[in-house]
Formats: sequence, C-alpha cells, structure tokens
Amino acid sequence: MISELRGTSLREEDIGSGNVLTTEWRPKLDFAFDPGVAIGQFLQGLKEGKLLGRRCHQCGRTMIPPRMFCELCFRRNDEWVELKDTGRVNTFSVSYVNWDASRREKPQVPAVIEIDGASPGMGILHLLSEVGESVKEVMARVKVGTAVQAVWKPAAQREGSITDILYFRPLS
Amino acid sequence: MPKVAVLGAGLTRFMRRSLETGRELCWEAASAALREADLTLADIDCVVMGTAPDAFDGVHMKGEYLLDGCGAKGKPYTRVYVGGGSGVFAPIAGWYHLASGAFRTCLVMAEEKMSPTQPHPQGAFNAIYDQFTERPLGVNLLWIFSLEQMRYMQTYGIPMESIAKVAVKNKRNAKDHPSAQLGGDFTVEQIVNAEIMAYPVTRLMVSPVTDGAGAMVLCNEDFAKKKGGKHVWVDGVGWNLDTSYWTNRDLAYPQYVENAAKMAYKMAGIKNPREEIHVAEPYDPFCYKELHHLEGLQLAGKGEAPKLLEKGFWDRDTTTGIPSSPSGGLLGVGNPIAAAGIMKVAEIFWQLKGTAGARQIRRTAKRGLAQAWGDLMQVGTVVVLGT
Repeated sequence: MISELRGTSLREEDIGSGNVLTTEWRPKLDFAFDPGVAIGQFLQGLKEGKLLGRRCHQCGRTMIPPRMFCELCFRRNDEWVELKDTGRVNTFSVSYVNWDASRREKPQVPAVIEIDGASPGMGILHLLSEVGESVKEVMARVKVGTAVQAVWKPAAQREGSITDILYFRPLS
Repeated sequence: MPKVAVLGAGLTRFMRRSLETGRELCWEAASAALREADLTLADIDCVVMGTAPDAFDGVHMKGEYLLDGCGAKGKPYTRVYVGGGSGVFAPIAGWYHLASGAFRTCLVMAEEKMSPTQPHPQGAFNAIYDQFTERPLGVNLLWIFSLEQMRYMQTYGIPMESIAKVAVKNKRNAKDHPSAQLGGDFTVEQIVNAEIMAYPVTRLMVSPVTDGAGAMVLCNEDFAKKKGGKHVWVDGVGWNLDTSYWTNRDLAYPQYVENAAKMAYKMAGIKNPREEIHVAEPYDPFCYKELHHLEGLQLAGKGEAPKLLEKGFWDRDTTTGIPSSPSGGLLGVGNPIAAAGIMKVAEIFWQLKGTAGARQIRRTAKRGLAQAWGDLMQVGTVVVLGT
C-alpha cells in the first residue's frame, strides 16, 4: 500500500532559472578496441569487399557476425566461409531519431539483413538506402523478406570497417 | 524449496527529473518499505540492489554510491545487474539470499536516476551495441525496439492500432497510481498518430525517461511465522538470457522469457499458467513489448496477445481474463529502469494483499507474476507471488 509518497519533481524552468543549483561534469572517454581474432578477419574481409562467416562442422551452422567458437556446441569452430553480399530483410525500421534524441528530416532505414550463404536467421545490422524518404515510400518498397544487395565503397576508400558497405539496396 | 515471504514494499514518485539524488530516492523508498513491513533497519540482515547502467547517474560503482541510502552500511550488500531486467532480478537475488538459509531478512532495492545524462539518456545506451559491427553505423537505442516491433507485426499481421491499445490501457490504469508520471486518457488515434520516432514506434508507444526508486522487504518462513498474520509468498523465480548476437535471434518471439517463465512456473508448481496466473505485470517499456511478453509468459499463444487485448482480456476490471499491468506499467507510471521492475513486483504484492486501492482488480487473485526484460533484448526475469 502506498501510504506516503516522496520525491520532488523538477521542471526544466527550475534548472535554467537557477532555482535549483546543478553541477556539470563532462567526462572525456576515448576508447580504442582491439578487434579480436574473428572480427579482425571479418574487418579484413570487408576491406577486400567480402562478407566472411565461420562454419561449425558439428552443428553445421554458418555464422555471421563470425566468432571463433560455436556458442551452441561450445567448441572451436572450423572454417572461414565467404558469403554473398546479398541477403533478405529480416526486419527494418524508418528512424527519425538521432542518438541524442534530436530529430532527422530525412529518415534512416536500419535493418537486420539475413546474409545469403549463412544459416537461416543469421543476420547483421546495417542500413537500407534507395528505398524512399518517408514511411509511406519505404513501407511500399520494403517488407520482411525483401531481397537486398550491399553497395560497397570504392576499393581504394575501404578501411576495414562495417561502413565499407555504404548500405544495402533492393535487388529488383 | 525454502519459503520466502514479502513483508512490505515502497516507491518514490516517478518523475522526469527529481530534486533528490539517487541516494536520497533510495532512502525514501527503503523507509517506505520498512514502514509497511513494520520493521526497522536493525531487523535487516542483508541488502540487495538492482540498478541499470552507471552512465545514467554518471557515477561509477553506482551500487556503492547508493549504499548508504539503501541502509547497507556494515551489512552484506550486493548489486545485481541484468540491464532492464534488473528490477525483477533484484527480488530474485533477494530470494536466493534467503533461500540459501544464510539470512532471515533482506531489503531489496532498485533505483534509477536517468535525468543527469545530457543531452539525453538515450546516448548512454549506444555502448550496448557491438563496437565493431554496429556502432560505426550511427546506432540509437530506438532502432532495436522498432526493428523488433516491425518483425513482430509482420510475422503475425498485427495492425498498429492493436499495438497502440496497450498504451491506451496502461496510461488509463496509471491514472490511479500515486507514483505515476504519465497517466491519462488517450485514444488509439492519438497513440498511432503521435510523432514517429522510429517507425513503427511512435512517441506515445515509448515509456518516458524517469527518476525513481523502489524497495521491498523479504524474509524467510521462520521470520514470517513469528511476525504472524497472512503473507504473500514468493512461489517461483526464473531468469534466462539469450545470445548477445541479437541479429541472429528470432525477433518475433522472446524465447528467453518463455525459458524464465517455465523455470518460475516449475518452482511454483504451475502447470497451466493461463488458469493459474490471475494477474500479471509484464514489462512494457514499449507497447508491443507487453504483448510480446504475455506470449513468452505462456499467457497467450504466439501472435494471440493483441487479439485478446481487443477483447478486453487484459483489462484491469476483467472478471474472466487476466488483468495485465493494472499498475499502469512503464508506459503510464514511468520507467526508472530497475525501479520500474520492482514497481511491477510491488504491484503484484499489493494486488494479492488486496491493498491496491483504486487499482485493485475485480477478479479474485491468489497468484500473480511480474516480469522484466532488458540487456540487449535478451534477458527475461520472472517472479511469481502467491497467497
């Protein structure tokens, strides 16, 4: 039973006006991540214009993003497999929001794309483009199951990053 | 299995921005829970704290920072963490502290102060994405929810209007919750036509940014018997995590919630949850999540929860269905992440005790459950309470 309720709700005006004193702190945190064995090779593959997966001979799964061990069989998996740069849309969204909650005029279309050559359900996160610039247009052109293909950066500009693929676009 | 009882619970107001620090919010919630339990801090043997990322409060080792407000000075104290699932995981951890036999009583705390993060706490979530394969794409938190909702809708052919009805129901229920931040009367059209954040998610389908804290007092069977009176018991607990390779998962169905629920049902001796669970508080940070979770909890078939919603099966005043989120949920009461989870467990406690006031459900309830979800869309945490 809620008999006595505490907590003092502030309004934005309380902060700006100085009615409530605040202390600011701006941390500077920079990180440099070592890619690891599996992702290091994956990034090298991207630089060469290839999508690489790993196959486990015990369960038969071909996995992307690649990992050096099979989390199901819990053993070191067996081989690198070059996958296609095509796939099918597992799901997608039409996003008008940036990371800081500010809004975008033209939406981004993030999608999970199941990569051809990997086991069913093995997708990666990426962006769709050439699919319209409004919810209505995107919904008319994209559905779960839509076939898509990667659009790569020119070889000389690739740097071994997931952004070496600019985006995926519908095949038809 | 050793028996564990719930003696009391307490909440602060849920607010977009509170004057109080997290430590002060904890103290208020802990004091309220001890008052209901009719105990003092001297009666408490150990303290468990659930709270989500340190980045929100901007304090590293947040558990230690909050310790004094949690009444944990000089006591065995543990912070537990499974992202958004932490608020229901904290009572689970409290349960195993007591079921181990090591303690008689446990004060279970949950806190979140999200407002310090500038310009918006959403930014703190970006680090949950993979640093190599995802973050360089310019991710934001809403993506994963909008992607999951789209997959859920297209798998089962669910219209936006059905999803939106969760917000209508929960915000309406929240009007009767004293802690509520966003209670109110809305139409389906208002929810569907609200600003598009990341389609199919609109602004009114998202729970708010919230500051708040909650607390519960648990005890073992001996202590409960000595205390006397009728008690609400922890009948079952369950938790489960799926892979962190979220783009390899079935996004239309939360298998990990099913696994967690089945663990809790087994412990509680529940064979047919749809008959034996009488009130539910599934985690609803987004409209579709409540439906997703009701299916994972085996209270509806796959893709069936929206149809039952249309029929009023989940309404608070139902006499034949299962009231779902009678509190008003995260969509209505607010979402101070871990504190929202414990708010749900507290609601089931008050519903079973019959002291939920204006929110009291009409049907008789002997058993209820609360569930939370989180991390990278991969954890289910379930507590079943019973009289």
